[in-house]
Amino acid sequence: MKLIRYQAPNSAPWLAFDRWSNLRDELNLFFDMPFWSGFGRTGQLFTGWSPALDLYESGDHFVAIVELPGMRKDVIDISLHDGTLTISGERKRESNNNGETAERTERYVGTFRRSIALPTRVDPSKVTATYEDGILKVTLPKAEEAKPKQIQVS
Amino acid sequence: MNTLTRETRESDRGQAEQFTMAPAGVTEISDGYTLEIEMPGVKKDGLEISVENNELMIIGRRSLLTAEGTLIHRESRPENFRRMFELDPSIDANKISAKIDQGLVTLTLPKAEHVKPRKITVS
Repeated sequence: MKLIRYQAPNSAPWLAFDRWSNLRDELNLFFDMPFWSGFGRTGQLFTGWSPALDLYESGDHFVAIVELPGMRKDVIDISLHDGTLTISGERKRESNNNGETAERTERYVGTFRRSIALPTRVDPSKVTATYEDGILKVTLPKAEEAKPKQIQVS
Repeated sequence: MNTLTRETRESDRGQAEQFTMAPAGVTEISDGYTLEIEMPGVKKDGLEISVENNELMIIGRRSLLTAEGTLIHRESRPENFRRMFELDPSIDANKISAKIDQGLVTLTLPKAEHVKPRKITVS
């Protein structure tokens, strides 16, 4: 299991060109750059992209909120292994057969993966997830032994 | 690619409401353009699209992405989304249509019918 560092979208190197160039110049620059330079914004070991993830903790559960706009529910894969939550999947490029002639995009396509180590144990059988408005929300109830306990003084 | 031309960005100019840039993609199709903008967490009600002075502006306001409990790790940005595009003169601004599905805004920008040269008869 590798830990994949989240890459802030703003650090994409070619976005810096936006300031003074129009869309056509940008497109030309994009194509002038070597093929692999587009991967500069991703991790060194993983040639995909990583969505932004927020993690909340309350007394008896964790909630992970992941920004995954424009996905289909069935391509999102959620797994839990050794206390590490991994969300992965693939965003496919839309078909290009409809007379499309040119494209320029800042959107990530291809496989994505995001992992986060959870601070305490969770109960894998009780994990639930919802996907709405492009937001994936994973609720992970803590394992019994990790929940805070009140001890009565007898 | 003769397309939507220059994009204006005013998010750095210290306005009252702070916005963040949403990643966008433009595809040229045979009779126009398709513009896709990522706005996760934005519902249909939070979307505001306007055309003024040939500038297309898309604002997406989202209800805060919160869950019960304490935030222990954050990567999302709290601001609302905004993107502005200058429209190519070939686009018919009256026929722009938009939809939002799972936080992805898709705008269809059809090209205007070419106005045929009119013959003027000398009376």
